[in-house]
Amino acid sequence: MNLTLKVWRQRNASDKGGFVTYKADGISPDMSFLEMLDVVNEGLVKKGEDPIHFDHDCREGICGMCSLYINGRPHGPKRAITTCQLHMRSFSDGETITIEPWRATAFPVIKDLAVDRSAFDRIQQAGGYISVNTGGVPDANEIPVPKPIADEAFNSATCIQCGACVAACKNASAMLFVSAKISQLALLPQGQPERYRRVQSMVAQMDAEGFGGCTNTGACEIECPKEISMTNINRMRRDYFTAKFFKEEEIR
Amino acid sequence: MILDSKIPDGPLAEKWSKHKFNLKLVNPANKRKYTVIVVGTGLAGAAAAASLAELGYNVKAFCFQDSPRRAHSIAAQGGINAAKNYRNDGDSVYRLFYDTIKGGDYRAREANVHRLAEVSVNIIDQCVAQGVPFAREYGGLLDNRSFGGAQVSRTFYARGQTGQQLLLGAYSALNRQIYEGKVKMYNRHEMLDLVKIDGEARGIVTRNLITGEIETHAGHAVLLCTGGYGNVFYLSTNAMGSNTTAIWRAHKKGALFGNPCFTQIHPTCIPVTGDHQSKLTLMSESLRNDGRVWVPKSREVAARIRKGELKASDVKEEDRDYFLERKYPSFGNLVPRDVASRNAKEAVDDERGVGGSGKAVYLDFADAIKRLGKAAVEAKYGNLFDMYYQITDEDPYTQPMRIYPAVHYTMGGLWVDYNLMTTIPGCYALGEANFSDHGANRLGASALMQGLADGYFVIPYTLGDYLATIGPKPIDDKHPAFAEAKKAVEDNVKKLLSLKGTKTVDEYHRELGNIMWEYCGMARSAEGLTKAKGLIAELKEDFWKNARVMGINEELNMSLEKAGRVADFIELGALMVEDALQRAESCGGHFRVESQTEEGEALRNDDEFAYVAAWEYTGDNQPENLHKENLVYENVKLTQRSYK
Ligand SMILES: Cc1cc2nc3c(=O)[nH]c(=O)nc-3n(C[C@H](O)[C@H](O)[C@H](O)COP(=O)(O)OP(=O)(O)OC[C@H]3O[C@@H](n4cnc5c(N)ncnc54)[C@H](O)[C@@H]3O)c2cc1C
Ligand code: SF4
Ligand code: FES
Repeated sequence: MNLTLKVWRQRNASDKGGFVTYKADGISPDMSFLEMLDVVNEGLVKKGEDPIHFDHDCREGICGMCSLYINGRPHGPKRAITTCQLHMRSFSDGETITIEPWRATAFPVIKDLAVDRSAFDRIQQAGGYISVNTGGVPDANEIPVPKPIADEAFNSATCIQCGACVAACKNASAMLFVSAKISQLALLPQGQPERYRRVQSMVAQMDAEGFGGCTNTGACEIECPKEISMTNINRMRRDYFTAKFFKEEEIR
Repeated sequence: MILDSKIPDGPLAEKWSKHKFNLKLVNPANKRKYTVIVVGTGLAGAAAAASLAELGYNVKAFCFQDSPRRAHSIAAQGGINAAKNYRNDGDSVYRLFYDTIKGGDYRAREANVHRLAEVSVNIIDQCVAQGVPFAREYGGLLDNRSFGGAQVSRTFYARGQTGQQLLLGAYSALNRQIYEGKVKMYNRHEMLDLVKIDGEARGIVTRNLITGEIETHAGHAVLLCTGGYGNVFYLSTNAMGSNTTAIWRAHKKGALFGNPCFTQIHPTCIPVTGDHQSKLTLMSESLRNDGRVWVPKSREVAARIRKGELKASDVKEEDRDYFLERKYPSFGNLVPRDVASRNAKEAVDDERGVGGSGKAVYLDFADAIKRLGKAAVEAKYGNLFDMYYQITDEDPYTQPMRIYPAVHYTMGGLWVDYNLMTTIPGCYALGEANFSDHGANRLGASALMQGLADGYFVIPYTLGDYLATIGPKPIDDKHPAFAEAKKAVEDNVKKLLSLKGTKTVDEYHRELGNIMWEYCGMARSAEGLTKAKGLIAELKEDFWKNARVMGINEELNMSLEKAGRVADFIELGALMVEDALQRAESCGGHFRVESQTEEGEALRNDDEFAYVAAWEYTGDNQPENLHKENLVYENVKLTQRSYK
């Protein structure tokens, strides 16, 4: 396959950046999208040009490190997969492919296609845990969890923290991600003691990071590679309002 | 140098409790006067950092990804072992210990493995308390599955993403300590050297991967939890960033390297499709429960399949060689990982491989579909079949899967004593980065167990003993050792950036991978290994002349990052070959062609090789010194494995 790539290049956060066009010739349809970029990069290095920077690690759809906004869609044209799982056979010979970084104020560009998603870490640091120390916990089977609840908590827990939901959202809202994290723990018995405190502190941090609000468009749910559902957002709202009306706690 | 494993005396089952009692404690009020450096935030590192911070120590934690949650542990699929005996099927700490020692082909320490089995039960409790969503039954209690090498059901799992869920648990504990201010987290930082003062580890040198700044960090102890080095083979199931740099640089500073040649090759991975391939994807070993492995009986038929003239379904039953069923009638397709891998390689070497490249064998579900129905097969393996389809564009319901072995895990790593301390006082190695618990072959679902055991339940005790001994006096970060180490790292970075040759770093990495796979992979011979030694030496020389590294230091520079890692892989590769050469026996996953039975099976040699090979660095391009830690078995009897 021979392709034309329009790639966003930006030296660093303060650089203005812009699109640069590259030819990607002799691409095999069996290559993954990132392998296609590897090939382009090897060619660039051979020519003495700086390779295109992008984030990636596991290349099997689980670490959440890869990103890329491909032809206007986070993780490309297919549903329920990440960019590293996308293969070139999903494109046609001669096609022009536009590749951009995630765009959101809370995700500043570091270089080219790599962005800073540390806001997601900070939101979880604000309360995305159950406060237990190592040791001194009860036997695992002393905490039974009904299977449907456990399964539902699991569905929320599959979020890989990639940020596609933010990139897809016209408000750059992080609600799908944050609500998935909150829901997992709010559903489980272990998460009950800190349930209302957690939702307040995580939402406060989310707002402080500069993410937008949710206006129920649903783009996030469609683009999420792990098919996290918007039900999580409703759960988060319910807990948040309950907390604010009835259980407001002092949070840091 | 005398290797002291510090294994406590006394009966096996009492060693750990006795040892814990004998270890010195740090006074609670003094803990905050200590700083501990933790490099790596996978299961081992995140668990250690969180647990030590909970105890009151100050922790500085480092990872090269943009978030601790992305450590390679996230990718583990199958599950984690624990001797809970929730099934009432006869499991016990002793049985888990025994299975693990035997699975490791009698090349691991009894005392370490027993401790691992003991704390395995605490791990599950801890994870559940953190909210890890393990699979459950309708009664609300935890579910288990069986895994290779065991006759009991002791594997806890979370769908196909056990690693992600366990790591998110450890990451949440880590986050809590970051928020409390007890852990200072450094993302996108790569450790490039260890700092030693008076022979003891007192800090590290890192490069900030965004700004390029070379920084030094001082601490009372350094914990290396940096994962495995399977990427020395270029293609492996490891993440792209997995590397050996941290432990390799510690090795060059004096930490002995244990059993470097012990690598695990997993039989069921999706085969390579071309030169562009960047990594390999694992297909769960559970598939061998129902899939039948075969290649054509004749080379002619195989050649026609490779050319695309024939399809698998065109090959008549009598023209197929179900080689595992033929050679191992009692275990059939369920022989252990090493046996399945080696036989697939033999078929391919015999030019009977299939697929475009010829480097694959079939894993056929046609019989299973006939016997159980498509729906039943789909219920069992649906997600794996989808994953396979996604990658290969072939439908495993209508044509057999193509599989081939791939490098998956490294049992070797820094040599550590019972306290997980390397031969450099104050420098520890945890998780896949150490050599300790899996001998010559790791059983499925035991790496996650080991990482968390080391991090949650071993290091919080053993580290205290060392810290109490050295006292809480602050580390002098103005000591010249820091400036010297920093200068050396800066010089190395400059040297890499000055490389303006014609070959890309990836080209060198691929070449190294080919050499390692060919001569230091599943089957090894003195002749091949000797040849590999020469090839790697040439490659190294060429790298420092002809590699091309782009960009500058003061920016995000993946070309530079990669170059540093590949340079270290080349040196490690040479040591692996050296180690494989001296181990003239077949053991675990390693088949030494000179050491086989009359039937062509692996032949272990306990009289000569029941030891840990621990290598001491002596200088650039100098041969390393071999030290031996003899393995003593007081509780289990050494037997030859047979799967006929
Ligand atoms: C595909 C796959 C499936 C697997 N499935 C299973 C399974 O089902 N069950 C099982 O028990 N095991 C499984 N394993 C093995 C297991 O996942 C690993 O052995 C284990 O997770 C390793 O954990 P770790 O904490 O030692 O290292 P890792 O999780 O690899 O973490 C390494 C950490 O070190 C950091 N690091 C590395 N180098 C540097 C440096 N120079 N500077 C700074 N930071 C650095 C990284 O950023 C990372 O945080 C699987 C492995 C693979 C590849
Ligand atoms: S909710 Fe989905 S899109 Fe958003 S971070 Fe999680 S996995 Fe990615
Ligand atoms: S690289 Fe890990 S999810 Fe894509």
